[in-house]
Amino acid sequence: MILVVVEYANGKVSKSTYEMVACARQLGREGPVAALVLGSGVANIASEVALVVGQVLVAENADLAQYDAELWSAAVAQIASEGEANTVLIGGSRSGREYSPRVAVKLDAPLLEDVISIVDADDTLTAERYTYLARVTEKVEANAPVIVVTVKQGAFTAAAPGNQVAEQFDVDLTLPQRRLQVTGKSTEKSSRIALTEADIVVSGGRGVGSAEGFVTLVEGLADQLGAAVGATRAIVDAGWRPYSEQVGQTGKTVQSKAYIAIGISGAVQHLSGMSKSKCIVAINKDADAPIFKIADYGIVGDVNQIVPAMIAELKK
Amino acid sequence: MKILTLVRQVLDAEESVRIRGGEVDLNGSKLVVDTMDEYGAEQSLRVRESSVDVEVIALAVGPERNQDALRTVLAIGADRAIHVMTDLTLDPISLSQVVAQIAQKENVELIFCGGQQSDWDSHALGAATAERLQWPQVTWTNGLEVHGQTLTGKHDAEDGSETFSVELPAVITTQQGLNEPRYPTVPNIMKAKKKELRVETLEQFQVEPKLKFLAVEVQVKARLHKILDGKDAPAAAAELVQLLRNEARVIT
Repeated sequence: MILVVVEYANGKVSKSTYEMVACARQLGREGPVAALVLGSGVANIASEVALVVGQVLVAENADLAQYDAELWSAAVAQIASEGEANTVLIGGSRSGREYSPRVAVKLDAPLLEDVISIVDADDTLTAERYTYLARVTEKVEANAPVIVVTVKQGAFTAAAPGNQVAEQFDVDLTLPQRRLQVTGKSTEKSSRIALTEADIVVSGGRGVGSAEGFVTLVEGLADQLGAAVGATRAIVDAGWRPYSEQVGQTGKTVQSKAYIAIGISGAVQHLSGMSKSKCIVAINKDADAPIFKIADYGIVGDVNQIVPAMIAELKK
Repeated sequence: MKILTLVRQVLDAEESVRIRGGEVDLNGSKLVVDTMDEYGAEQSLRVRESSVDVEVIALAVGPERNQDALRTVLAIGADRAIHVMTDLTLDPISLSQVVAQIAQKENVELIFCGGQQSDWDSHALGAATAERLQWPQVTWTNGLEVHGQTLTGKHDAEDGSETFSVELPAVITTQQGLNEPRYPTVPNIMKAKKKELRVETLEQFQVEPKLKFLAVEVQVKARLHKILDGKDAPAAAAELVQLLRNEARVIT
């Protein structure tokens, strides 16, 4: 069995889940592709994911209403060993990468972290992943009865539903006590599409001049394109934008179809979060800015003139 | 209380990556303490400064040159250091076995680990260590206070941030914003040379690597580099929009 741990948000199965299913199908290891749904009130999620996998394991449990690394890892390890999974696929989200090492330790399994490709030959999995702030591609190999894999977001093309609906099975779990108490949450609500799910990302750096400049230029262009909004660490640190929009080493990683960088010079830490985007567009007044080295298209010029002209052009 | 702060020596982010013989060649490159580990070292010192009877132990596992990184952390104020010397490349899951055994032997109650390593791009070491010790973990921590046996603070979650409370012992992984790391002063660099730096061998920990590292390569995606002159802003904007629509086909 290849176990895929379903990621979902706001009552919907996340794109990353379909990417994991595609990865599992392509891997073609022995046994069915089984989706594991953990949570409380997850009937809709289970039905949605049943359209793409061989079977669905549903762990409906009030204690799982809120994510916790210890609970999630205990649940996944239990199901993986009871179901004799040979592979456990976990999303490359922040939480997936947080609890997956615990699953690997519990199962005494190797962990292939944030993989962009993976193949199976004679029970040995060979995976590629990025290292050195996404500047290097590393090839690693694991051979063990069970292997835990986290799948990089955006690296696989999401699986399309087949014409069968998988059978659902309820599973019982023995869960540990929650030890990390979450005492408050500040979710930065945005009406825009999520950074990691967007086809187009419009991102701004210091070159936009001010928090107001960001709204006019970056949000203005993003609205026109139906794009997500990103920011560099410098302007998040300056308090112009919330951390949830930060792209780079200590923020989010995106692999969008188009990444439009406005007033971003291109520090290596920022590039590590976006350099794998398919088409990179840069607008910056400094022709020597490192961002132009990885750009497909660009304009050397004043963002305050270029971007409004682009918005006007798009409105035509 | 004893605090273990993990120290990894990595390539300075400003240096370019060179590859030789299927491996990243670090010879002659500038190596530094991973920024994410600097936050951990700094936070351990702040905990020591705010309470009595705290000892800060720095730990590195790797080749001999790691002792430079440990000396740096001793110079900013760690009390002593342990270096597990090995030229073997250990994946984070295997490495956590070494860290967990040392934490147990030293009766450590709090471990700081970098949130993401800048060489492996890995998040795994802190969580794997916590699991081996059967401790809770807090990842991407950007605010932390210690009140007796209770830790409270703030950390980044999937979307937005959370405040938390957890009892010791625990593993904390770091995130930008946790603190502003201090620099070593010359007198402290001198003093650091006299502090204890214990060298241990890897063999005693009985670690088997879980992964085999096959090869590395620097993949540079070919880019079109169609860079327009923006002196005539409307004309350049119109041309770029046209290219994105009709050539790249990324917008409609």
